[in-house]
Amino acid sequence: MAQRIAVDPITRIEGHLRIEAQIDGGKIVDAWSSSTAFRGIETILKGRDPRDAHHFTQRFCGVCTTVHSMASIRAVEDALNIQVPDNARLIRNLIMGIQNVQDHVIHFYHLHALDWVDITSALQADPAATAKLAQSISDWPKSSTTYFKGVQEKVAAFANTGRLGPFQNAYWGHSAYKLPPEANLMGVAHYLEALEWQKDIIKVHAILGSKNPHPQTFLVGGMSIPVDPDSQNAINADKIAYIRKLLRRARTFVEQVYIPDLLAVASFYLDWADIGGGVGNFLSYGDFPMDNSPGTGSLFFPRGIIMGKDLANVMEMDEKQITEYVTHSWYNYSSGDDKGLHPYEGETNHQYTGPKPPYEFLDTDGKYSWVKSPRYMDQPMEVGPLARVLVAYASGVPEVKQTVDFVLAKLNAPATALFSTLGRTAGRGIDALLLAQKNEVWLDQLADNMGRGILEVFNKEKWDPATWPKEAQGFGYHEAPRGALGHFIRIEDQKIANYQAVVPSTWNAGPRDAAGQMGPYESSLIGTPIADAENPLEILRTIHSFDPCLACAVHVLDGTGTEIVKVRVL
Amino acid sequence: MKPDLDVVAPPIPEEILQRVEARGISRRDFIKFCTATTAALALPVTMIPRVAQAVEDNRPPVIWVEYQSCSGDSEAFLRANAPTAGEIILDLLSIEYADVIMAAAGHQAEAAKHQAMEKYQGKYILVVEGSIPKGSDGAFCTIGGTSSVEDCKKLVQNAAATITVGTCASFGGIPAAAPNPTDAVSVAELVPGAAIVNLPGCPVNAENITATIVHYLTFGTLPAVDSLGRPKFAYGKRIHDNCERRGHFDAGQYAESFGDLGHRQGHCLYKLGCKGPETFHNCPTVRYNEGVSWPVMAGHGCIGCSEPGFWDTMSPFYRRLPKVPGFGIEDTADKIGIGLAAATAVAFGLHGVASCFRKGDAMEEDKIVKED
Repeated sequence: MAQRIAVDPITRIEGHLRIEAQIDGGKIVDAWSSSTAFRGIETILKGRDPRDAHHFTQRFCGVCTTVHSMASIRAVEDALNIQVPDNARLIRNLIMGIQNVQDHVIHFYHLHALDWVDITSALQADPAATAKLAQSISDWPKSSTTYFKGVQEKVAAFANTGRLGPFQNAYWGHSAYKLPPEANLMGVAHYLEALEWQKDIIKVHAILGSKNPHPQTFLVGGMSIPVDPDSQNAINADKIAYIRKLLRRARTFVEQVYIPDLLAVASFYLDWADIGGGVGNFLSYGDFPMDNSPGTGSLFFPRGIIMGKDLANVMEMDEKQITEYVTHSWYNYSSGDDKGLHPYEGETNHQYTGPKPPYEFLDTDGKYSWVKSPRYMDQPMEVGPLARVLVAYASGVPEVKQTVDFVLAKLNAPATALFSTLGRTAGRGIDALLLAQKNEVWLDQLADNMGRGILEVFNKEKWDPATWPKEAQGFGYHEAPRGALGHFIRIEDQKIANYQAVVPSTWNAGPRDAAGQMGPYESSLIGTPIADAENPLEILRTIHSFDPCLACAVHVLDGTGTEIVKVRVL
Repeated sequence: MKPDLDVVAPPIPEEILQRVEARGISRRDFIKFCTATTAALALPVTMIPRVAQAVEDNRPPVIWVEYQSCSGDSEAFLRANAPTAGEIILDLLSIEYADVIMAAAGHQAEAAKHQAMEKYQGKYILVVEGSIPKGSDGAFCTIGGTSSVEDCKKLVQNAAATITVGTCASFGGIPAAAPNPTDAVSVAELVPGAAIVNLPGCPVNAENITATIVHYLTFGTLPAVDSLGRPKFAYGKRIHDNCERRGHFDAGQYAESFGDLGHRQGHCLYKLGCKGPETFHNCPTVRYNEGVSWPVMAGHGCIGCSEPGFWDTMSPFYRRLPKVPGFGIEDTADKIGIGLAAATAVAFGLHGVASCFRKGDAMEEDKIVKED
């Protein structure tokens, strides 16, 4: 008999996400993804100084911090036709690169791992066997019996207090957990190690941008962190050395802990290479400019579209083909809710029509989410590290091809295995590995520029709003940790006339569109086996494989926009 | 009489150290933490054993909830160093609920929250991240089908104390910026009269979270706060007064443009829009990410992110403040006072006050009073 369940809140994500699912015969037969929070930051942006926008948009999200600043300054720079200095390109690449690496590791260990690793089983592990397992997959120097014994004792002491805090009430002991106790202990040890590591390596953001989360260093036209080998108040040789040390530590951990753990865990869950495929369409805006040529220049991850899992045919991305639907979202369009609108023309009036809280289930025949439904050529698209890696792989980027083939060979799996829950998780690891290696190259280039006396970090030509055209519009792209991020800005009379962000989790978490097509989360859940409807661990696995970020995903464009004018008249 | 510096810290009792060790924490780390915490709270070293006792005795239950948040404050917490997030989670606090890290999901997660609220009624510390939207009958933010308005009220009313982390929970923050589309409010506005300590900042500085918690454990009271509910140990001084670049301000040395020689040489960022003169926060002394840096150190002016209504009162962020008290000009302190009053007024929707205040600030005005 069919059974309806709701998982709300989905934890270990950013923001507020609810999944409702219909289960029949031990499988999910229908699913609905709903975001249950809304802030309206784009309404707040209207009428403000476009140079300030990145401070506001960065607060879309504090987990994937930096990304909305990047997309925002690029949108304004695109609108005003501003070319940034080479040092700014490199500093931005470094900030984005380490953000992706750190975010992916936090995701794997702290947000996703507990879907695969059973902490309680780690207490039964033999520390010597754990050391043997760890040493067989990596040269990581910490993998001794004493070390794993120490971790196990620490966890046991914690468990013996009887107060499990954040680890209580979980799905421990679920039949879908497949790792032997030794692998679980290894996972727990590295969970704790990664917690230390992430706070250390992200100091790269503090050095280049004052702090993390929410670095304060971005500028329309460049960066505010000065570069000068002859100053103690700028990036100098000492700071380059500090960053280099942190980047090396980041790469070593990815190479010796994250990737070996990912491959080891995946080898026990290969059945998940057939589960969670989803829509099969992928979009990547591409990112990490490799030179300073006008426009996007040549990008390390190329831009492109893959439709219907066809890796033989990567299509060009045309941002004009992007539309957003609100048919099942709590907004109204003046021209009717069955049409899609391009972000530049986008309009949004929020109108909640869902059940009055507290409620048990949403009315999924009507509107049921604060997330809109973006479409490309009217098709739902998956975005994320997997999309980025697939587009690069299918485009034949040598480094990417080599790394993907290495991972597939290790897992003894064909490329089609990537279209899955497991593939999404593997794609994220591949992305982190590639960027962890690339970061040091960008740092070398920055040092090389400094050595040659190139110190410019900021292009001030268009800083003064008096130099701007009366009207302008721009598209700011970015490949954030969670995928393709686009900011769309319209500037009129030196102020923001319209601001729209189409973010990765909007693409992935969106509800059905006017044609009834499911979004990627929803589609990926269909057919997922559910062993125990009371404890739907399997839903978390697939949803977490997307790395949801809901605060980012929810936004609104219009609103009344009148009151803000009062504040602006100064 | 001997100066304070010569006072020797009394040892932490052996039995405390043994119990701590039994829980897998090294003596050295524990002593280091207690010493650092005592210093952070500006207490004499003689208080170290009392701090140790407070930290060691029992892990107080904590419920950490997020409403209209970006999780930036949760992430800031993960960057904590003394103690680290791992130590806090496993050794110091019993975190009963925290969306971002907890293993449980769905109704099991909500059950953990409700159980903790009942079991530790009147005893748990509530941490709130994000503002609470009152609009649309609370439908702008629901968790497990319950509105954040109801969830937050209940949790605050049953808590021993509430700590708001970040500017959103403290003052409404970005969701409450004009025109406040969701009728977002701070915890203090939602539950007037509750025992609340505000730790604003966008995001909060992790050091200020740990210091506040330990203060509470040590003395059984919340730290002394200013008129905006902010602990004086962290928000008692103006950024401008502790700024490493203050000497350049006093000497009239300013960065005129990002990337110019003055900017590269660490001159004052006042002309590039720095809001340090109107912002009360310990950024210059504590800094971020284990003391590595803070905005002014990285060449970007302060945006006033710990002040109420800063998104409206401090923006445009790159325009310089009107008048700032300089070297020896004490009377202008009144004007700073007016600025803050205006900031508070705007937070409550009196937009006209801000307009009046800013009218005298012509952007082209470029005269700065310098004293020889």
